[in-house]
Amino acid sequence: MTAVSQANAQLQQANAANLDAHSSEFLVFSLGEEEYAVDILKVQEIRGYENVTRIANAPDFIKGVTNLRGVIVPIVDLRIKFHLDNIEYGGQTVVIVVNVGERVVGIVVDGVSDVMTLSPDQIKPAPEFGVTMSSDYLSGLGSLEDRMLVLVDIDKLLTSEEMALVDKTTH
Amino acid sequence: MDITDFYDTFFEEAEELLGDMERLLLELDVDEPDAEELNAIFRAAHSIKGGAGTFGFLVLQETTHILENLLDHTRRGELTLRRDIVDTFLEAKDMLHDQLNAYRNGEEPDQEAFERICNTLKQMALDELGGSEGEKAPKAKPAPTPEPVEEAETTASTDDESTEEQEATLCVALLNVAEKDRGLLVEELEQLGSVIEQHGDDKRYEVTLKTGVSGEDIEAVMCFIIDDEQLEITTVNASSQEPAASSTDKKPDEPKQAAEPDEAEAAESVSAAKAETSATPAASAPTKAAQPAAKPQAKSSGGKAKGGSGESSLRVPVDKVDQIINLVGELIITQSMLDQTASEIDGITHTALHNGLNLLQRNARDLQEAVMSIRMMPMDYVFSRFPRLVRDLADKLKKDVELVTEGKSTELDKSLIERIIDPLTHLVRNSLDHGIESPDVREAKGKPRGGKLTLSAQHQGGNILIEVIDDGAGLNRAKLLAKAESNGLAVSDNMSDDEVWQLIFAPGFSTAEQVSDVSGRGVGMDVVKRNIQAMGGHVEILSREGQGTTTRIVLPLTLAILDGMSIKVGQEVFILPLGTVLESLQPSRDDLYTMAGSDQLLKVRDEYLPVIALHQVLDIEDARTELTECIVVIVQGEGRRYALMVDDLIGQQQVVVKNLETNYRKVPGISAATILGDGSVALILDIADLHRLSRRKTGQPTHNSTKPTQEVLTS
Repeated sequence: MTAVSQANAQLQQANAANLDAHSSEFLVFSLGEEEYAVDILKVQEIRGYENVTRIANAPDFIKGVTNLRGVIVPIVDLRIKFHLDNIEYGGQTVVIVVNVGERVVGIVVDGVSDVMTLSPDQIKPAPEFGVTMSSDYLSGLGSLEDRMLVLVDIDKLLTSEEMALVDKTTH
Repeated sequence: MDITDFYDTFFEEAEELLGDMERLLLELDVDEPDAEELNAIFRAAHSIKGGAGTFGFLVLQETTHILENLLDHTRRGELTLRRDIVDTFLEAKDMLHDQLNAYRNGEEPDQEAFERICNTLKQMALDELGGSEGEKAPKAKPAPTPEPVEEAETTASTDDESTEEQEATLCVALLNVAEKDRGLLVEELEQLGSVIEQHGDDKRYEVTLKTGVSGEDIEAVMCFIIDDEQLEITTVNASSQEPAASSTDKKPDEPKQAAEPDEAEAAESVSAAKAETSATPAASAPTKAAQPAAKPQAKSSGGKAKGGSGESSLRVPVDKVDQIINLVGELIITQSMLDQTASEIDGITHTALHNGLNLLQRNARDLQEAVMSIRMMPMDYVFSRFPRLVRDLADKLKKDVELVTEGKSTELDKSLIERIIDPLTHLVRNSLDHGIESPDVREAKGKPRGGKLTLSAQHQGGNILIEVIDDGAGLNRAKLLAKAESNGLAVSDNMSDDEVWQLIFAPGFSTAEQVSDVSGRGVGMDVVKRNIQAMGGHVEILSREGQGTTTRIVLPLTLAILDGMSIKVGQEVFILPLGTVLESLQPSRDDLYTMAGSDQLLKVRDEYLPVIALHQVLDIEDARTELTECIVVIVQGEGRRYALMVDDLIGQQQVVVKNLETNYRKVPGISAATILGDGSVALILDIADLHRLSRRKTGQPTHNSTKPTQEVLTS
């Protein structure tokens, strides 16, 4: 679980650091070979993948629900959602717990690498296409020397109909 | 300190006073009104007026003032009560309630409605009391929007009008009132009369006041700001301070009055007693002492009784209570985690640990029970709104209906209490409109002219049973069947009565020949049923043609905690609500039948129950698939029984119910989730929904006409 504690320490550091108001901070995570990033203000905590109770008849990328200090939180595996190969669950598998509106959702990723500060000119607009992932769910592409970060609009993604996390029909 | 800080207190108290007023008005025997009740109604109006004046709620004050005048005449016996007068009073009370709500929302009340009700009341005063009062009323009316200060003066002056000759010197002692509040209170007193002298400290601050307002009225105004016990009002003789009529003896007139049966005499004695109090306070004290038996009666009656209960109750925001409940829930989970860990530790070498844990378990359960009881509210909260509804509705429908309520003190969780009001209102309306016949029809049928509607509540096991019983016409089987047929529902003549009654829960179903504004649009019973199911309960109907209908609602006592039976299918653990479990058994091959190829039925004591294979419905891979290797749990959901196939029974336990929809969504077949002793999440099964899911999964068309077919799988 050292990966998790390291990541949490980074998260805390980043939150503590007082940075330029114009640039924003992102938590970078990896899915397979690709690097993605979410707005760090959306991230509540990072924890290991354990004790997930499966929910029957749910889409395959919804791994189930887990107990986060008394709160029942759904766990989504973005690797399955993005059709990646080699999906394994091990000590390095990490769950990023994000706050989306009033809700708390955990997303499973391959690993969390670092926290990045991106200035506005480092953020390029998202391309107008996307087969497995609609560009609606992207807030842009972060360009950092030779790296490309896919900036995910986690709010839009997780509340979208295709994620099936939110009841669209009110009961 | 800002006076607006007290607004909420005033709104809450005023609301309660209005509630009292309505209840008393409804209970009032029009022909022989009880003097004590009339007084209580008057006092409620008076207290509201006082508070409204203090806070500058002008329209409210003015309306109450006119109403109060009329009530005053009534209690003096100058105005003879009639049913329509009580109706007007009730209407005025509703208006006050509307005004109160408007102020609460920071709006000005509807001016037009205000004028209308004032005119109605004034007209009534004119008609009933003759010219003198009619002239007086308009004079008392202030301009609609003067300053709050002027406003309070109006209160004082109107009070002066009636008690002018009885101006007395009062010593008002404020006990344990902080300095900042004190200024406000003294200001308040200045508006009620002239302050002669004031001195003292935080502990006891005395204000000597020359005023025409009685001690009781001062208290009514003050009690919106401070507690009863912080106030002590004594009447002072010009020369010496006699602590004769202290605030506890605030109503010297009452015991006397209660003793007088004749109203006119009572009215006389009121003024007599009042004069007595102010003129010779020393004399009234012995009178009081001589009637110790009458005192508690006077104290417990009417509006003032409310003030007394302030000591024994505490207003707490609901979210604070909910937070405690959540925390206790967490504690219970932690406790069962510890228990589970400790069960693996050797019991002999660690006796002390085990004893300690047992104690912890007991204490935690006690704590949980105690905390849960905070949220419990008596059913009276719901029932008390029906006398008015029934009265108004019966008048409208020209029916004669007597309402009987039973089990008012039965307690139910607050969240459920609030959600039961609408369905229950609907059922009562239905009973009045469709159930109970008009007096002539009833007579023709050989029934008493007046119908009877009973609302009852009682505990039954872990459930509460709420019944709406009418002695009306009952459901008409033939009519229901015909209607169902024309609505395109699958029916047959040999359906059981129970099944026929269930038809009225189908959406868009109404047998009313005429759509009235009371009911009959056919949007209703299905909503009632859905609401009650959402609360974890169910509805049953018992009906006998010509004799009446009983609608029975069964609800769990609380939604937060559930007695559950944990079961295992494959490696997964699920919770079945214990209330749904009837029995469990090991099935044998001989009892198993198939229907239409794939539907499995299990014969249990001459009954064929549909089998729900959990592993199939919930896609569990490593479960036992052969029925004879499994355990079958017979469960009941929505009045039907099913045989549930499971691998193992683990045991019974209380679980804390956690909503899945907070962070996720509704899951078919699952009602909620809970956290087990090892910290993992287990899902709580919803039997009826599970059966629907099972049918969808196996691709069988629904052959049950009572289940709405338009429901779609949500995922």
